[in-house]
Amino acid sequence: MKHEFKHLQAAHCENGVTTNLLRTIGVDKITEPLAFGIGSGLFFVYVPFLKINKGPAIAFRTMPGLIFKRTCNALDIPVVRKKFSSKESAEKFLQECLQSGQPVGCQVGVYYLSYFPKEYRFHFNAHNIIVYGKEDDRYLISDPVMEGVTSLSSYELERVRFAKGALAPRGQIYYPKENKIITDQQIRKAIETGIKRNVNHMIRIPGSIAGVKGIASTGKKIKKWKDKLGQQTAGLYLAQLVRMQEEIGTGGGGFRYIYAAFLQQAHGFYANDTLLEVSKTFTQAGDMWRNAAVQAAGIYKGRIGSQADFDVMGDYLIQISEIEKKAFEALSKLKWNS
Amino acid sequence: MKKEDIPQDDSALNKLTKEVVYAVDGAGKYVTGLSTGWEVKATALDVAWEDIEQRIENARQKVLNNEASPLLFFIELRLMDVGIVSAYTGFWKWTVKQHLKPAVFKKLSEKKLNKYAEAFNISVEELKTMTVHEA
Repeated sequence: MKHEFKHLQAAHCENGVTTNLLRTIGVDKITEPLAFGIGSGLFFVYVPFLKINKGPAIAFRTMPGLIFKRTCNALDIPVVRKKFSSKESAEKFLQECLQSGQPVGCQVGVYYLSYFPKEYRFHFNAHNIIVYGKEDDRYLISDPVMEGVTSLSSYELERVRFAKGALAPRGQIYYPKENKIITDQQIRKAIETGIKRNVNHMIRIPGSIAGVKGIASTGKKIKKWKDKLGQQTAGLYLAQLVRMQEEIGTGGGGFRYIYAAFLQQAHGFYANDTLLEVSKTFTQAGDMWRNAAVQAAGIYKGRIGSQADFDVMGDYLIQISEIEKKAFEALSKLKWNS
Repeated sequence: MKKEDIPQDDSALNKLTKEVVYAVDGAGKYVTGLSTGWEVKATALDVAWEDIEQRIENARQKVLNNEASPLLFFIELRLMDVGIVSAYTGFWKWTVKQHLKPAVFKKLSEKKLNKYAEAFNISVEELKTMTVHEA
């Protein structure tokens, strides 16, 4: 069971699975940035009272699973998605898909993902890979964050498909159901939907924990971390912030560069120069996120760490919040009918 | 970020792959490039692991002092918490907490120990004696 499958590396796993699976049904114009933007991937949230690996729960992107779902919805592509209560039925379904020549997306946990370096194996259950074939006892795997393809034994794959804990995958499999011809007009419409939804999520969401308001309120919190948490824990928290922002999959700058790339590519489908202007603003925001990360690193490495240093760190986020707010306001004023 | 500024520092990810990052070329157009890593985030990961190592060592001491059962050590070693252990074993969280007491742990049946061993990817003998092998 080996099929024609072309592996393309991506920054983020879900973007990559989405673009690679769409290619299997003949849709080849949806690049990683387009999938990310159509799926309204850009976000910010700091969930209070929730801890991830003993640190703050911060995310720079939307909930796992939504990018694939929204992109397919927007392009009117029907999707098959299945979860399983038993490991046997999960493997049987996978084999049937592969026998009929259908590569599938699988949600997996990374803790027992044997090809990942140990340093990256946390209990994170929303990683996405494509299974595209089977040779002897080994499933052929396309992990979008990797340069090349790899493989897993049946047992190894079962273990990660049935990882437990938060966001447990429960064997989840998904794929686009049928071949479709997608027009440029449809893509333009999908881009419009994606941008409008992202505007809502970033500047119209109520409360102060999410969107651009969430970025500013996190900045204010960071200024208090030194007193409230003590130097060591404050350093750990900042390190966690930086990992969420920069670790494998963000494309750099907490997904802001991918979003900037999306707006540039969107211009190819809707020639409004505001898109190019706002793209530059997101490049600037991404650069500032990275400057903030350098400041954070100074603190968690112990090179700096006075209250003034925490204030500089917090102010970075407050400034970023302003920049992203203006950017989304400009996007909210786009006239799509012209 | 400009394409020529894509960092090429050493990092643990290098053992597996280079990663894709997005950056602008000389004409201001977005392109992808490969990065071997960025020192700023490599250090962030180091900081996280130093904290984990510390927690594992604290747990080991507690087990040696008979203040906790070996479960605590393996929970920390496998980066789990009571919730994750409960999900892997099927035991209630309350039950797992009981099993963290050395006296209760010593009376556990082989069957129950097996569930823990499987969750931690170790043998029952390793579980009882706090022996470590790579996952």
